[in-house]
Amino acid sequence: MFLINCPYCGERDQAEFSCGGEAHITRPKNPPELTDDQWADYLFMRKNIKGIQFERWNHSNGCRRWFNVVRNTSTDEIIKVYNIGESPPNINGNNPSTPSGEPIIGSGNISTTFEKK
Amino acid sequence: MHKKPKKYSVFSLIKNSLTYHENWQPAWRSPEPKKEYDAIIVGGGGHGLTTAYYLAKNHGITNIAIIEKGWIGGGNTGRNTTIIRSNYLWDQSAALYDHALKLWEGMSQELNYNVMFSQRGVMNVAHTLHDVRELKRRWHANRLNNIDCEWLNTHQVKKFCPIINTSPNIRYPVLGATLQRRAGTARHDAVAWGYARGADAMGVDIIQNCEVTDIKISNGNVTGIETTKGSINTKKLGIVTAGHSSVMAKMAGMRLPLESRPLQALVSEPVKPIIDTVVMSNTIHAYVSQSDKGELVIGAGTDGYTSYTQRGGFNIVEDTIAAVVELFPLFSRMKMLRHWGGIVDICPDASPIVSKTHINGLYFNCGWGTGGFKATPGSGWVFAHTIANDEPHIINAPFTINRFSSGELVDEHGAAAVAH
Repeated sequence: MFLINCPYCGERDQAEFSCGGEAHITRPKNPPELTDDQWADYLFMRKNIKGIQFERWNHSNGCRRWFNVVRNTSTDEIIKVYNIGESPPNINGNNPSTPSGEPIIGSGNISTTFEKK
Repeated sequence: MHKKPKKYSVFSLIKNSLTYHENWQPAWRSPEPKKEYDAIIVGGGGHGLTTAYYLAKNHGITNIAIIEKGWIGGGNTGRNTTIIRSNYLWDQSAALYDHALKLWEGMSQELNYNVMFSQRGVMNVAHTLHDVRELKRRWHANRLNNIDCEWLNTHQVKKFCPIINTSPNIRYPVLGATLQRRAGTARHDAVAWGYARGADAMGVDIIQNCEVTDIKISNGNVTGIETTKGSINTKKLGIVTAGHSSVMAKMAGMRLPLESRPLQALVSEPVKPIIDTVVMSNTIHAYVSQSDKGELVIGAGTDGYTSYTQRGGFNIVEDTIAAVVELFPLFSRMKMLRHWGGIVDICPDASPIVSKTHINGLYFNCGWGTGGFKATPGSGWVFAHTIANDEPHIINAPFTINRFSSGELVDEHGAAAVAH
């Protein structure tokens, strides 16, 4: 549970939004030429990252507009919100410290945002 | 080799009571990892432990290590709502889950460990005409697969579970239910401990507090793993890490068709026995049973986004509680004691992946999503077969990674009994 800063409406509860999953997955240019494996790759395979993930969100119970979000999935901390069509921003220095991406304390129950406050 | 564990019995209980229970031997050893194993299982949850157990028992491979980052059974095995049933719609799933259910029935005897398996029945309630049609379809499908299932009308539902609200005036009235009498619950921790003890007795090394940091692959073959306790060599590596399967896959340069999401559950304060079955409802999303301690065990839904935080949104819990209270108005003033989340790995077709991969010696058992506990023994059984023979068992042959290329998906979204 967290707040999302909708670029059109401002900060709202996550419950108002729907997540559209991983962002920047490009639709194949020549669909008839794709093999079954390539189709499976496009349709089903996901990075499912623990750490910094680029994803799409829709303010479904609000303005109903789409936008992109950079979120740390091991803390739920939102790092950046940017518009659909923009290329993914460079995010440095926030990568998880261990391979499985556990944050410093516990299994994600304290985010860096919390600590700053 | 260590001393063979002593059998638990009423006599050992009496004997140990004389020494104030201070002389019980540990249920399993805590060895340091060897340099090499015939097979390594990553993940010491229920499915990982059963995999090692059946590799040793059914296939005679005993030089095995289970590598667990935390402690055994500390992930989803210790976080689920302990419901066991096999009333799935499709033939492939029915075979998989009913095979597991049969293993549950003999588990306490086989392990010499009381897993408190209780066949108290699972009732799936219908609230709309669509539910009635869908559940009746499942009822018939189950019977064709030789899985016990009955249809109850509203009157029979009330008779079977008297505290349920069958008033026709509620928003989602009870129009009927399917009932699987062989279904029920078990004590989840005991399942992990029992299988750990059984595997350890056959020589399996259970290595806790050891995180895998990399998978070593050379020329398309697995050669070993790097861990926080050093490098370990193996030619067969089984990954059973549930919500963290994609994290492990990344180490092997792979992607999986999974999304990891928080799934929540909660328990109430303990009360006297009030509900002696498991009630599940798809439409209003509620499932509830009562533990032997007297707590109501309530399962909520998943959040709609990827997260590894092991905590979900309160709106999800609120929806579930609203549904439970409508179905059981007498629970409305009960206090909830504990509430937690686990990370479940969900496949696009809501069916698991128990499969070889394109890398020799690398096997994945994942994608059990929101309902893996019931499959614990069966999952280990077929996964052990897959690892030992480098070929899937006939039961898990439909559950390979390749089904996403071939299109032979096993769509169990509807039949997973609650919508997640």
